[in-house]
Amino acid sequence: MSPRTRGTARAGQYVALLCYLVFLAFPFVWLISTAFKPAPELGSLHPTWIPQHPTLDNFRAAFDEQPLLRAAANSLIAAVSAGIIAVVIATPMAYVTARHRSRLSTAATGWVVVSQAFPFVLLIIPLFLVLKYLHLINTLWGLIMVYVVWSLPFALWMLVGYVRAVPPELEEAAAVDGASRLRTLVSVTAPLLAPGIVATALFAFITAWNEFFFALVLLKTPEKQTLPVVLTHFLGAEGASDLGPLAAAAFLATLPSLVLFAVIQRRITGGMLAGAVKS
Amino acid sequence: MTLASATVQSERHDPPGGGPPGKGAARINRSAGTWFLVLPALIPILVLSVGPLLYGIALAFTDAQSGRTRSTQWTGVLNFQDLLHDGLFWDSFRIGLVWAVGVTVPQFVLALGLALLLSQNLRMRWLARALAIIPWAMPEVVVGIMWRLVYNPDAGILNETIRDLGLGDGRDWLTGLATALPAVILVGVWAGMPQTTVALLAGLQNTPHELHEAAALDGAGAWRRFRTVTWPALRPVALSITALNFIWNFNSFALVYVLTNGGPGGRTRLPMLFAYEEAFRYGQFGYAAAMGCVMVAVISVILAVYLVGRLGGGEDR
Repeated sequence: MSPRTRGTARAGQYVALLCYLVFLAFPFVWLISTAFKPAPELGSLHPTWIPQHPTLDNFRAAFDEQPLLRAAANSLIAAVSAGIIAVVIATPMAYVTARHRSRLSTAATGWVVVSQAFPFVLLIIPLFLVLKYLHLINTLWGLIMVYVVWSLPFALWMLVGYVRAVPPELEEAAAVDGASRLRTLVSVTAPLLAPGIVATALFAFITAWNEFFFALVLLKTPEKQTLPVVLTHFLGAEGASDLGPLAAAAFLATLPSLVLFAVIQRRITGGMLAGAVKS
Repeated sequence: MTLASATVQSERHDPPGGGPPGKGAARINRSAGTWFLVLPALIPILVLSVGPLLYGIALAFTDAQSGRTRSTQWTGVLNFQDLLHDGLFWDSFRIGLVWAVGVTVPQFVLALGLALLLSQNLRMRWLARALAIIPWAMPEVVVGIMWRLVYNPDAGILNETIRDLGLGDGRDWLTGLATALPAVILVGVWAGMPQTTVALLAGLQNTPHELHEAAALDGAGAWRRFRTVTWPALRPVALSITALNFIWNFNSFALVYVLTNGGPGGRTRLPMLFAYEEAFRYGQFGYAAAMGCVMVAVISVILAVYLVGRLGGGEDR
Protein backbone atom coordinates (compact mmCIF):
# COMPACT_ATOMS: atom_id res chain seq x y z
CA MET A 1 0.00 0.00 0.00
CA SER A 2 1.37 3.40 -0.91
CA PRO A 3 1.78 5.96 1.88
CA ARG A 4 -0.85 8.08 0.19
CA THR A 5 -3.61 5.48 0.16
CA ARG A 6 -2.67 4.56 3.70
CA GLY A 7 -3.12 8.21 4.70
CA THR A 8 -6.53 8.31 3.04
CA ALA A 9 -7.51 5.13 4.80
CA ARG A 10 -6.44 6.60 8.16
CA ALA A 11 -8.47 9.74 7.49
CA GLY A 12 -11.46 7.61 6.58
CA GLN A 13 -11.11 5.70 9.83
CA TYR A 14 -11.09 8.91 11.83
CA VAL A 15 -14.18 10.21 10.04
CA ALA A 16 -15.95 6.93 10.74
CA LEU A 17 -14.90 7.02 14.38
CA LEU A 18 -16.17 10.57 14.68
CA CYS A 19 -19.55 9.51 13.28
CA TYR A 20 -19.73 6.75 15.90
CA LEU A 21 -18.81 9.19 18.67
CA VAL A 22 -21.60 11.56 17.63
CA PHE A 23 -24.15 8.77 17.26
CA LEU A 24 -23.30 7.28 20.66
CA ALA A 25 -23.04 10.55 22.56
CA PHE A 26 -25.76 12.83 21.23
CA PRO A 27 -28.80 11.37 23.05
CA PHE A 28 -26.91 11.44 26.32
CA VAL A 29 -25.72 15.01 25.80
CA TRP A 30 -29.31 15.97 25.00
CA LEU A 31 -30.58 14.33 28.19
CA ILE A 32 -28.11 16.30 30.31
CA SER A 33 -28.83 19.52 28.42
CA THR A 34 -32.59 19.11 28.95
CA ALA A 35 -32.11 18.37 32.63
CA PHE A 36 -30.41 21.74 33.21
CA LYS A 37 -32.72 23.93 31.10
CA PRO A 38 -35.14 26.38 32.71
CA ALA A 39 -38.83 26.12 31.77
CA PRO A 40 -38.87 28.90 29.13
CA GLU A 41 -36.02 27.28 27.20
CA LEU A 42 -37.75 23.90 27.35
CA GLY A 43 -40.86 25.46 25.82
CA SER A 44 -38.90 27.18 23.07
CA LEU A 45 -39.61 26.05 19.52
CA HIS A 46 -35.93 26.37 18.73
CA PRO A 47 -34.17 24.29 21.35
CA THR A 48 -30.44 24.69 21.77
CA TRP A 49 -27.75 22.16 22.62
CA ILE A 50 -26.42 24.14 25.54
CA PRO A 51 -28.73 25.66 28.16
CA GLN A 52 -28.54 29.47 27.99
CA HIS A 53 -29.43 29.85 31.66
CA PRO A 54 -28.59 26.55 33.35
CA THR A 55 -30.64 25.82 36.46
CA LEU A 56 -31.20 23.15 39.08
CA ASP A 57 -34.95 23.82 39.22
CA ASN A 58 -35.75 20.64 37.34
CA PHE A 59 -34.02 18.54 39.97
CA ARG A 60 -35.99 20.25 42.73
CA ALA A 61 -39.23 19.82 40.78
CA ALA A 62 -38.46 16.15 40.15
CA PHE A 63 -38.18 15.46 43.86
CA ASP A 64 -41.41 17.39 44.48
CA GLU A 65 -43.37 15.57 41.80
CA GLN A 66 -42.45 11.97 42.62
CA PRO A 67 -41.15 10.14 45.71
CA LEU A 68 -37.68 9.80 44.18
CA LEU A 69 -35.77 9.42 47.43
CA ARG A 70 -37.95 6.59 48.64
CA ALA A 71 -37.78 4.97 45.20
CA ALA A 72 -33.99 5.26 45.21
CA ALA A 73 -33.90 3.71 48.70
CA ASN A 74 -36.08 0.83 47.49
CA SER A 75 -33.85 0.32 44.46
CA LEU A 76 -30.77 0.42 46.65
CA ILE A 77 -32.14 -2.17 49.10
CA ALA A 78 -33.24 -4.49 46.31
CA ALA A 79 -30.04 -4.15 44.30
CA VAL A 80 -27.60 -4.46 47.23
CA SER A 81 -29.42 -7.48 48.65
CA ALA A 82 -29.63 -9.14 45.25
CA GLY A 83 -25.94 -8.51 44.55
CA ILE A 84 -24.75 -9.89 47.89
CA ILE A 85 -27.08 -12.89 48.07
CA ALA A 86 -26.45 -13.87 44.45
CA VAL A 87 -22.70 -13.92 44.95
CA VAL A 88 -22.82 -15.69 48.31
CA ILE A 89 -24.84 -18.59 46.95
CA ALA A 90 -23.27 -18.66 43.47
CA THR A 91 -19.59 -18.68 44.45
CA PRO A 92 -19.50 -22.19 46.00
CA MET A 93 -21.39 -23.64 43.05
CA ALA A 94 -19.13 -21.81 40.61
CA TYR A 95 -16.10 -23.22 42.41
CA VAL A 96 -17.36 -26.78 42.11
CA THR A 97 -18.43 -26.24 38.50
CA ALA A 98 -15.07 -24.79 37.51
CA ARG A 99 -12.85 -27.30 39.29
CA HIS A 100 -14.69 -30.46 38.39
CA ARG A 101 -15.98 -31.05 34.93
CA SER A 102 -19.12 -33.06 35.29
CA ARG A 103 -22.69 -33.33 34.17
CA LEU A 104 -23.47 -30.65 36.72
CA SER A 105 -21.26 -28.08 35.04
CA THR A 106 -22.62 -29.01 31.62
CA ALA A 107 -26.14 -28.61 32.95
CA ALA A 108 -25.24 -25.30 34.58
CA THR A 109 -23.82 -23.93 31.33
CA GLY A 110 -26.79 -25.20 29.39
CA TRP A 111 -29.15 -23.58 31.83
CA VAL A 112 -27.35 -20.25 31.49
CA VAL A 113 -28.01 -20.33 27.75
CA VAL A 114 -31.59 -21.58 28.04
CA SER A 115 -32.50 -19.06 30.74
CA GLN A 116 -31.52 -16.28 28.35
CA ALA A 117 -33.96 -17.50 25.74
CA PHE A 118 -37.16 -17.60 27.80
CA PRO A 119 -39.55 -14.70 27.49
CA PHE A 120 -39.98 -13.31 30.99
CA VAL A 121 -43.75 -13.41 30.69
CA LEU A 122 -43.64 -17.20 30.89
CA LEU A 123 -41.68 -16.88 34.13
CA ILE A 124 -43.45 -13.95 35.71
CA ILE A 125 -47.02 -15.32 35.61
CA PRO A 126 -46.24 -18.42 37.70
CA LEU A 127 -43.84 -16.42 39.89
CA PHE A 128 -46.62 -13.91 40.47
CA LEU A 129 -48.92 -16.72 41.60
CA VAL A 130 -46.23 -18.28 43.82
CA LEU A 131 -45.32 -14.96 45.42
CA LYS A 132 -48.98 -14.15 45.88
CA TYR A 133 -49.45 -17.45 47.68
CA LEU A 134 -46.49 -16.56 49.91
CA HIS A 135 -47.91 -13.04 50.45
CA LEU A 136 -44.78 -11.54 48.90
CA ILE A 137 -46.45 -9.49 46.17
CA ASN A 138 -45.76 -5.79 46.62
CA THR A 139 -42.82 -6.47 48.93
CA LEU A 140 -39.17 -5.83 48.30
CA TRP A 141 -38.38 -9.35 49.57
CA GLY A 142 -40.39 -10.88 46.78
CA LEU A 143 -38.58 -8.72 44.26
CA ILE A 144 -35.18 -9.54 45.78
CA MET A 145 -35.91 -13.28 45.50
CA VAL A 146 -36.73 -12.83 41.82
CA TYR A 147 -33.62 -10.70 41.23
CA VAL A 148 -31.32 -13.22 42.89
CA VAL A 149 -32.52 -16.06 40.72
CA TRP A 150 -32.56 -13.85 37.67
CA SER A 151 -28.94 -12.75 38.13
CA LEU A 152 -27.66 -16.22 39.07
CA PRO A 153 -26.98 -17.50 35.55
CA PHE A 154 -24.73 -14.63 34.66
CA ALA A 155 -23.12 -14.55 38.12
CA LEU A 156 -22.28 -18.24 37.78
CA TRP A 157 -20.99 -17.68 34.26
CA MET A 158 -18.65 -14.91 35.37
CA LEU A 159 -17.51 -16.64 38.57
CA VAL A 160 -16.70 -19.91 36.81
CA GLY A 161 -14.41 -17.90 34.55
CA TYR A 162 -12.69 -16.27 37.53
CA VAL A 163 -12.20 -19.59 39.33
CA ARG A 164 -10.69 -21.13 36.20
CA ALA A 165 -8.22 -18.26 36.12
CA VAL A 166 -6.83 -19.36 39.51
CA PRO A 167 -4.30 -22.11 38.74
CA PRO A 168 -5.20 -25.36 40.53
CA GLU A 169 -1.46 -25.93 40.99
CA LEU A 170 -1.45 -23.18 43.62
CA GLU A 171 -4.08 -25.02 45.63
CA GLU A 172 -2.29 -28.31 45.17
CA ALA A 173 0.96 -26.79 46.38
CA ALA A 174 -0.75 -25.52 49.51
CA ALA A 175 -2.28 -28.94 50.09
CA VAL A 176 1.13 -30.58 49.71
CA ASP A 177 2.50 -28.13 52.26
CA GLY A 178 -0.03 -29.52 54.67
CA ALA A 179 -2.66 -26.81 54.57
CA SER A 180 -6.18 -28.04 55.18
CA ARG A 181 -8.75 -27.75 52.44
CA LEU A 182 -10.51 -24.89 54.20
CA ARG A 183 -7.21 -23.14 54.91
CA THR A 184 -6.22 -23.41 51.24
CA LEU A 185 -9.54 -21.92 50.16
CA VAL A 186 -9.34 -19.06 52.63
CA SER A 187 -5.69 -18.08 52.30
CA VAL A 188 -4.87 -19.05 48.70
CA THR A 189 -8.00 -19.11 46.56
CA ALA A 190 -10.17 -16.44 48.17
CA PRO A 191 -7.71 -13.53 47.85
CA LEU A 192 -7.15 -14.32 44.17
CA LEU A 193 -10.87 -14.66 43.60
CA ALA A 194 -11.94 -11.59 45.56
CA PRO A 195 -11.76 -9.00 42.75
CA GLY A 196 -13.84 -11.27 40.52
CA ILE A 197 -16.40 -11.81 43.27
CA VAL A 198 -16.69 -8.07 43.85
CA ALA A 199 -17.08 -7.42 40.12
CA THR A 200 -19.80 -10.07 39.91
CA ALA A 201 -21.66 -8.61 42.89
CA LEU A 202 -21.47 -5.13 41.39
CA PHE A 203 -22.73 -6.42 38.08
CA ALA A 204 -25.67 -8.11 39.81
CA PHE A 205 -26.27 -4.80 41.60
CA ILE A 206 -26.32 -2.87 38.33
CA THR A 207 -28.70 -5.26 36.60
CA ALA A 208 -31.08 -5.14 39.59
CA TRP A 209 -30.82 -1.35 39.83
CA ASN A 210 -31.72 -1.05 36.14
CA GLU A 211 -34.41 -3.75 36.07
CA PHE A 212 -37.94 -2.73 35.12
CA PHE A 213 -40.26 -5.55 34.08
CA PHE A 214 -40.35 -7.61 37.29
CA ALA A 215 -40.58 -4.48 39.41
CA LEU A 216 -43.49 -3.21 37.30
CA VAL A 217 -45.42 -6.43 37.74
CA LEU A 218 -44.64 -7.19 41.39
CA LEU A 219 -44.76 -3.76 43.04
CA LYS A 220 -48.18 -2.18 43.19
CA THR A 221 -48.04 0.78 45.56
CA PRO A 222 -45.87 3.87 44.98
CA GLU A 223 -44.16 3.54 48.41
CA LYS A 224 -42.76 0.15 47.38
CA GLN A 225 -41.80 0.89 43.79
CA THR A 226 -38.22 1.08 42.56
CA LEU A 227 -36.66 3.94 40.65
CA PRO A 228 -37.27 2.74 37.07
CA VAL A 229 -40.97 2.20 37.81
CA VAL A 230 -41.33 5.59 39.48
CA LEU A 231 -39.57 7.23 36.51
CA THR A 232 -42.37 6.06 34.22
CA HIS A 233 -44.85 8.02 36.38
CA PHE A 234 -43.28 11.18 34.96
CA LEU A 235 -44.61 10.19 31.55
CA GLY A 236 -48.11 11.58 31.25
CA ALA A 237 -51.01 9.50 30.00
CA GLU A 238 -51.03 10.91 26.47
CA GLY A 239 -47.31 11.34 26.10
CA ALA A 240 -47.53 14.80 27.62
CA SER A 241 -44.79 15.04 30.17
CA ASP A 242 -42.90 17.58 32.16
CA LEU A 243 -39.66 17.40 30.17
CA GLY A 244 -37.28 19.12 32.58
CA PRO A 245 -38.01 17.12 35.75
CA LEU A 246 -38.29 13.96 33.65
CA ALA A 247 -34.78 14.51 32.26
CA ALA A 248 -33.40 15.45 35.67
CA ALA A 249 -34.80 12.34 37.35
CA ALA A 250 -33.67 10.08 34.51
CA PHE A 251 -30.17 11.54 34.67
CA LEU A 252 -29.95 10.99 38.44
CA ALA A 253 -31.21 7.41 38.14
CA THR A 254 -28.42 6.61 35.68
CA LEU A 255 -25.52 7.93 37.73
CA PRO A 256 -25.01 5.01 40.16
CA SER A 257 -24.90 2.35 37.49
CA LEU A 258 -22.74 4.51 35.20
CA VAL A 259 -20.19 5.11 37.95
CA LEU A 260 -20.10 1.47 39.05
CA PHE A 261 -19.96 0.29 35.48
CA ALA A 262 -16.99 2.55 34.81
CA VAL A 263 -15.25 0.98 37.81
CA ILE A 264 -15.77 -2.67 36.85
CA GLN A 265 -16.10 -2.28 33.11
CA ARG A 266 -12.83 -4.02 32.28
CA ARG A 267 -13.64 -6.99 34.48
CA ILE A 268 -17.12 -7.41 33.04
CA THR A 269 -16.03 -7.16 29.46
CA GLY A 270 -13.07 -9.39 30.29
CA GLY A 271 -15.36 -12.00 31.84
CA MET A 272 -17.79 -11.73 28.98
CA LEU A 273 -15.01 -12.03 26.45
CA ALA A 274 -13.61 -15.12 28.12
CA GLY A 275 -17.05 -16.71 28.06
CA ALA A 276 -17.77 -15.72 24.49
CA VAL A 277 -14.45 -16.96 23.16
CA LYS A 278 -14.12 -20.18 25.11
CA SER A 279 -17.63 -21.50 24.72
CA MET B 1 -16.00 -38.16 55.04
CA THR B 2 -15.35 -34.51 55.64
CA LEU B 3 -15.73 -31.93 52.97
CA ALA B 4 -12.02 -31.12 53.03
CA SER B 5 -10.71 -34.63 52.54
CA ALA B 6 -13.30 -35.40 49.89
CA THR B 7 -12.44 -32.47 47.70
CA VAL B 8 -8.68 -32.68 48.05
CA GLN B 9 -8.72 -36.38 47.31
CA SER B 10 -10.77 -35.98 44.22
CA GLU B 11 -8.70 -33.05 43.00
CA ARG B 12 -5.61 -35.17 42.90
CA HIS B 13 -7.39 -37.54 40.56
CA ASP B 14 -8.73 -34.76 38.41
CA PRO B 15 -6.53 -33.91 35.44
CA PRO B 16 -5.57 -30.25 35.76
CA GLY B 17 -7.14 -27.92 33.29
CA GLY B 18 -10.27 -29.97 32.82
CA GLY B 19 -10.56 -32.79 30.31
CA PRO B 20 -13.03 -35.64 30.41
CA PRO B 21 -14.55 -36.36 33.82
CA GLY B 22 -12.32 -38.83 35.62
CA LYS B 23 -12.98 -41.04 38.59
CA GLY B 24 -12.33 -38.14 40.93
CA ALA B 25 -15.02 -36.04 39.36
CA ALA B 26 -17.49 -38.89 39.64
CA ARG B 27 -16.68 -39.32 43.30
CA ILE B 28 -16.90 -35.64 44.16
CA ASN B 29 -20.37 -35.41 42.70
CA ARG B 30 -21.64 -38.11 44.96
CA SER B 31 -20.05 -36.68 48.08
CA ALA B 32 -22.17 -34.81 50.54
CA GLY B 33 -19.66 -31.98 50.70
CA THR B 34 -20.14 -30.99 47.09
CA TRP B 35 -23.88 -30.96 47.46
CA PHE B 36 -23.45 -28.70 50.44
CA LEU B 37 -21.63 -26.24 48.16
CA VAL B 38 -24.02 -26.54 45.27
CA LEU B 39 -27.40 -26.56 47.01
CA PRO B 40 -27.54 -22.89 48.07
CA ALA B 41 -27.62 -21.94 44.40
CA LEU B 42 -29.39 -25.02 43.10
CA ILE B 43 -32.46 -24.81 45.36
CA PRO B 44 -33.41 -21.22 44.41
CA ILE B 45 -32.79 -22.05 40.76
CA LEU B 46 -35.07 -25.09 40.92
CA VAL B 47 -37.75 -23.46 43.09
CA LEU B 48 -37.86 -20.00 41.55
CA SER B 49 -36.75 -20.58 37.97
CA VAL B 50 -37.10 -24.12 36.64
CA GLY B 51 -40.24 -24.85 38.67
CA PRO B 52 -42.10 -21.69 37.65
CA LEU B 53 -41.14 -22.25 34.02
CA LEU B 54 -42.74 -25.70 34.07
CA TYR B 55 -45.71 -24.27 35.99
CA GLY B 56 -45.95 -21.51 33.35
CA ILE B 57 -46.04 -24.05 30.54
CA ALA B 58 -48.74 -25.98 32.42
CA LEU B 59 -50.77 -22.78 32.87
CA ALA B 60 -50.91 -22.41 29.09
CA PHE B 61 -53.24 -25.44 29.06
CA THR B 62 -55.63 -23.97 31.63
CA ASP B 63 -58.11 -21.12 31.82
CA ALA B 64 -56.21 -19.52 34.70
CA GLN B 65 -57.25 -15.96 35.38
CA SER B 66 -56.07 -13.39 37.84
CA GLY B 67 -58.23 -13.39 40.97
CA ARG B 68 -59.88 -16.79 40.49
CA THR B 69 -56.93 -19.15 40.35
CA ARG B 70 -58.56 -21.71 42.67
CA SER B 71 -61.23 -22.76 40.22
CA THR B 72 -58.80 -23.08 37.34
CA GLN B 73 -59.78 -25.79 34.83
CA TRP B 74 -57.71 -27.74 32.34
CA THR B 75 -58.74 -26.66 28.88
CA GLY B 76 -56.28 -28.62 26.76
CA VAL B 77 -55.11 -26.84 23.66
CA LEU B 78 -58.03 -24.38 23.68
CA ASN B 79 -55.74 -21.40 24.38
CA PHE B 80 -53.55 -22.34 21.44
CA GLN B 81 -56.59 -22.72 19.18
CA ASP B 82 -57.76 -19.28 20.25
CA LEU B 83 -54.28 -17.89 19.63
CA LEU B 84 -54.33 -19.33 16.13
CA HIS B 85 -57.35 -17.15 15.35
CA ASP B 86 -56.15 -14.10 17.28
CA GLY B 87 -55.23 -11.68 14.52
CA LEU B 88 -53.93 -9.13 17.02
CA PHE B 89 -51.45 -11.64 18.44
CA TRP B 90 -50.09 -12.53 15.01
CA ASP B 91 -49.86 -8.84 14.18
CA SER B 92 -47.75 -8.35 17.28
CA PHE B 93 -45.74 -11.45 16.44
CA ARG B 94 -45.01 -10.07 12.99
CA ILE B 95 -44.04 -6.73 14.53
CA GLY B 96 -41.80 -8.60 16.96
CA LEU B 97 -40.01 -10.34 14.10
CA VAL B 98 -39.62 -7.11 12.12
CA TRP B 99 -38.31 -5.39 15.24
CA ALA B 100 -35.92 -8.23 16.13
CA VAL B 101 -34.44 -8.45 12.62
CA GLY B 102 -34.56 -4.68 12.19
CA VAL B 103 -32.55 -4.19 15.36
CA THR B 104 -30.23 -7.20 15.23
CA VAL B 105 -28.90 -6.76 11.69
CA PRO B 106 -27.92 -3.05 11.81
CA GLN B 107 -26.71 -3.57 15.37
CA PHE B 108 -24.34 -6.23 14.13
CA VAL B 109 -23.13 -4.28 11.11
CA LEU B 110 -22.55 -1.09 13.13
CA ALA B 111 -20.93 -2.98 16.00
CA LEU B 112 -18.63 -4.80 13.60
CA GLY B 113 -17.53 -1.49 12.10
CA LEU B 114 -16.93 0.00 15.53
CA ALA B 115 -15.07 -3.10 16.74
CA LEU B 116 -12.80 -2.98 13.68
CA LEU B 117 -12.13 0.71 14.29
CA LEU B 118 -11.46 0.16 17.97
CA SER B 119 -8.97 -2.59 17.19
CA GLN B 120 -6.96 -0.07 15.14
CA ASN B 121 -4.45 2.18 16.76
CA LEU B 122 -6.55 5.37 16.60
CA ARG B 123 -6.26 8.42 18.83
CA MET B 124 -9.79 8.85 20.18
CA ARG B 125 -10.15 5.14 20.75
CA TRP B 126 -10.46 5.39 24.54
CA LEU B 127 -13.26 7.95 24.21
CA ALA B 128 -15.16 5.75 21.79
CA ARG B 129 -14.71 2.77 24.12
CA ALA B 130 -16.00 4.78 27.06
CA LEU B 131 -18.97 6.13 25.11
CA ALA B 132 -19.81 2.73 23.68
CA ILE B 133 -20.22 1.47 27.23
CA ILE B 134 -22.79 4.13 28.25
CA PRO B 135 -25.87 2.57 26.64
CA TRP B 136 -24.97 -0.71 28.33
CA ALA B 137 -24.83 0.77 31.82
CA MET B 138 -28.02 2.80 31.49
CA PRO B 139 -31.37 1.51 32.73
CA GLU B 140 -33.55 0.69 29.73
CA VAL B 141 -36.23 2.96 31.13
CA VAL B 142 -33.79 5.87 31.04
CA VAL B 143 -32.74 5.02 27.50
CA GLY B 144 -36.40 5.17 26.52
CA ILE B 145 -36.97 8.47 28.31
CA MET B 146 -33.81 9.93 26.78
CA TRP B 147 -34.88 9.10 23.26
CA ARG B 148 -38.37 10.47 23.91
CA LEU B 149 -36.62 13.75 24.66
CA VAL B 150 -34.68 13.45 21.40
CA TYR B 151 -37.81 12.60 19.40
CA ASN B 152 -39.99 15.23 21.09
CA PRO B 153 -41.83 16.97 18.21
CA ASP B 154 -41.31 20.53 19.47
CA ALA B 155 -38.51 20.59 22.03
CA GLY B 156 -36.53 17.64 20.71
CA ILE B 157 -33.14 17.91 19.06
CA LEU B 158 -34.00 15.69 16.11
CA ASN B 159 -36.70 17.94 14.67
CA GLU B 160 -34.63 21.02 15.47
CA THR B 161 -31.73 19.58 13.47
CA ILE B 162 -34.09 18.80 10.61
CA ARG B 163 -35.40 22.37 10.71
CA ASP B 164 -31.86 23.77 10.85
CA LEU B 165 -30.85 21.75 7.82
CA GLY B 166 -33.89 23.06 5.95
CA LEU B 167 -35.32 19.58 5.50
CA GLY B 168 -38.82 20.59 6.58
CA ASP B 169 -40.63 20.87 9.88
CA GLY B 170 -39.88 17.42 11.19
CA ARG B 171 -42.65 15.29 12.61
CA ASP B 172 -43.96 13.47 15.63
CA TRP B 173 -41.85 10.37 15.10
CA LEU B 174 -43.16 8.17 17.90
CA THR B 175 -46.86 8.73 17.20
CA GLY B 176 -46.78 8.62 13.41
CA LEU B 177 -48.21 5.37 12.05
CA ALA B 178 -45.42 4.99 9.51
CA THR B 179 -42.51 6.30 11.59
CA ALA B 180 -43.13 4.74 15.02
CA LEU B 181 -41.62 1.33 14.33
CA PRO B 182 -38.51 2.62 12.53
CA ALA B 183 -38.05 5.17 15.33
CA VAL B 184 -38.09 2.55 18.10
CA ILE B 185 -35.87 0.26 16.00
CA LEU B 186 -33.22 3.01 15.87
CA VAL B 187 -33.30 3.23 19.67
CA GLY B 188 -32.97 -0.55 19.91
CA VAL B 189 -29.91 -0.46 17.65
CA TRP B 190 -28.33 2.28 19.75
CA ALA B 191 -29.05 0.55 23.05
CA GLY B 192 -27.73 -2.87 22.07
CA MET B 193 -24.56 -1.89 20.25
CA PRO B 194 -22.13 -2.07 23.22
CA GLN B 195 -22.51 -5.75 24.08
CA THR B 196 -22.17 -6.68 20.43
CA THR B 197 -19.13 -4.46 19.99
CA VAL B 198 -17.41 -5.93 23.05
CA ALA B 199 -18.11 -9.49 21.96
CA LEU B 200 -16.78 -8.79 18.46
CA LEU B 201 -13.69 -7.08 19.88
CA ALA B 202 -13.04 -10.30 21.77
CA GLY B 203 -13.36 -12.22 18.56
CA LEU B 204 -10.93 -9.87 16.85
CA GLN B 205 -8.34 -10.50 19.55
CA ASN B 206 -8.55 -14.12 18.45
CA THR B 207 -7.55 -13.27 14.91
CA PRO B 208 -4.11 -14.67 14.24
CA HIS B 209 -1.77 -11.72 13.79
CA GLU B 210 0.83 -13.56 11.74
CA LEU B 211 -1.77 -14.51 9.17
CA HIS B 212 -2.78 -10.87 8.92
CA GLU B 213 0.78 -9.77 8.29
CA ALA B 214 1.45 -12.60 5.87
CA ALA B 215 -1.65 -11.66 3.89
CA ALA B 216 -0.61 -8.00 3.85
CA LEU B 217 2.86 -8.94 2.58
CA ASP B 218 1.25 -10.97 -0.17
CA GLY B 219 -0.45 -7.77 -1.25
CA ALA B 220 -3.96 -8.58 -0.04
CA GLY B 221 -6.14 -5.46 0.31
CA ALA B 222 -8.10 -4.58 3.41
CA TRP B 223 -11.32 -6.21 2.20
CA ARG B 224 -9.54 -9.38 1.13
CA ARG B 225 -7.73 -9.63 4.44
CA PHE B 226 -11.03 -9.17 6.26
CA ARG B 227 -12.70 -11.88 4.21
CA THR B 228 -9.95 -14.47 4.34
CA VAL B 229 -8.34 -13.86 7.74
CA THR B 230 -10.56 -11.81 10.08
CA TRP B 231 -14.00 -13.14 9.26
CA PRO B 232 -13.23 -16.86 9.57
CA ALA B 233 -11.81 -16.25 13.05
CA LEU B 234 -14.71 -14.00 13.97
CA ARG B 235 -17.47 -16.22 12.65
CA PRO B 236 -18.21 -18.30 15.78
CA VAL B 237 -18.50 -15.20 17.98
CA ALA B 238 -20.53 -13.41 15.33
CA LEU B 239 -22.97 -16.29 15.09
CA SER B 240 -23.53 -16.62 18.81
CA ILE B 241 -23.87 -12.90 19.46
CA THR B 242 -26.36 -12.38 16.63
CA ALA B 243 -28.44 -15.35 17.78
CA LEU B 244 -28.47 -14.07 21.37
CA ASN B 245 -29.23 -10.53 20.23
CA PHE B 246 -32.13 -11.77 18.15
CA ILE B 247 -33.58 -13.59 21.15
CA TRP B 248 -33.08 -10.67 23.52
CA ASN B 249 -34.57 -8.25 21.05
CA PHE B 250 -37.55 -10.45 20.31
CA ASN B 251 -38.25 -10.69 24.05
CA SER B 252 -37.61 -7.06 24.88
CA PHE B 253 -40.12 -5.00 26.79
CA ALA B 254 -38.98 -1.95 28.77
CA LEU B 255 -37.61 0.12 25.91
CA VAL B 256 -40.74 0.07 23.79
CA TYR B 257 -43.02 0.22 26.84
CA VAL B 258 -41.47 3.57 27.70
CA LEU B 259 -41.13 4.88 24.14
CA THR B 260 -44.59 4.16 22.73
CA ASN B 261 -46.30 1.65 25.04
CA GLY B 262 -47.15 -0.29 21.89
CA GLY B 263 -48.76 2.61 20.07
CA PRO B 264 -49.77 4.17 17.78
CA GLY B 265 -52.64 1.79 17.06
CA GLY B 266 -50.57 -1.23 18.05
CA ARG B 267 -47.88 -0.53 15.45
CA THR B 268 -45.09 -1.13 17.97
CA ARG B 269 -46.86 -3.66 20.19
CA LEU B 270 -44.16 -6.30 20.61
CA PRO B 271 -45.27 -9.78 21.72
CA MET B 272 -44.02 -9.16 25.27
CA LEU B 273 -46.11 -5.99 25.54
CA PHE B 274 -49.12 -7.88 24.23
CA ALA B 275 -48.63 -10.76 26.67
CA TYR B 276 -48.02 -8.35 29.55
CA GLU B 277 -51.31 -6.55 28.87
CA GLU B 278 -53.19 -9.81 28.46
CA ALA B 279 -51.83 -11.11 31.77
CA PHE B 280 -51.70 -8.07 34.02
CA ARG B 281 -54.31 -5.75 32.59
CA TYR B 282 -56.96 -8.26 31.56
CA GLY B 283 -55.92 -11.01 33.97
CA GLN B 284 -55.83 -13.74 31.30
CA PHE B 285 -52.94 -15.75 32.81
CA GLY B 286 -53.56 -18.95 30.86
CA TYR B 287 -53.86 -17.19 27.54
CA ALA B 288 -50.74 -15.08 28.15
CA ALA B 289 -48.80 -18.19 29.16
CA ALA B 290 -49.80 -19.79 25.87
CA MET B 291 -48.38 -16.74 24.09
CA GLY B 292 -45.15 -17.23 25.99
CA CYS B 293 -45.05 -20.86 24.86
CA VAL B 294 -45.50 -19.90 21.22
CA MET B 295 -42.70 -17.36 21.61
CA VAL B 296 -40.41 -19.99 23.13
CA ALA B 297 -41.24 -22.43 20.34
CA VAL B 298 -40.23 -19.95 17.68
CA ILE B 299 -37.10 -19.01 19.59
CA SER B 300 -36.15 -22.69 19.89
CA VAL B 301 -36.36 -23.06 16.13
CA ILE B 302 -34.08 -20.07 15.75
CA LEU B 303 -31.66 -21.51 18.32
CA ALA B 304 -31.64 -24.78 16.41
CA VAL B 305 -30.83 -23.00 13.17
CA TYR B 306 -28.06 -21.14 14.97
CA LEU B 307 -26.60 -24.35 16.36
CA VAL B 308 -26.66 -26.01 12.96
CA GLY B 309 -25.00 -22.95 11.45
CA ARG B 310 -22.38 -23.00 14.15
CA LEU B 311 -21.61 -26.66 13.68
CA GLY B 312 -21.39 -26.12 9.94
CA GLY B 313 -18.91 -23.30 10.48
CA GLY B 314 -16.65 -25.47 12.62
CA GLU B 315 -14.64 -26.72 9.68
CA ASP B 316 -13.48 -23.25 8.73
CA ARG B 317 -11.24 -22.97 11.70
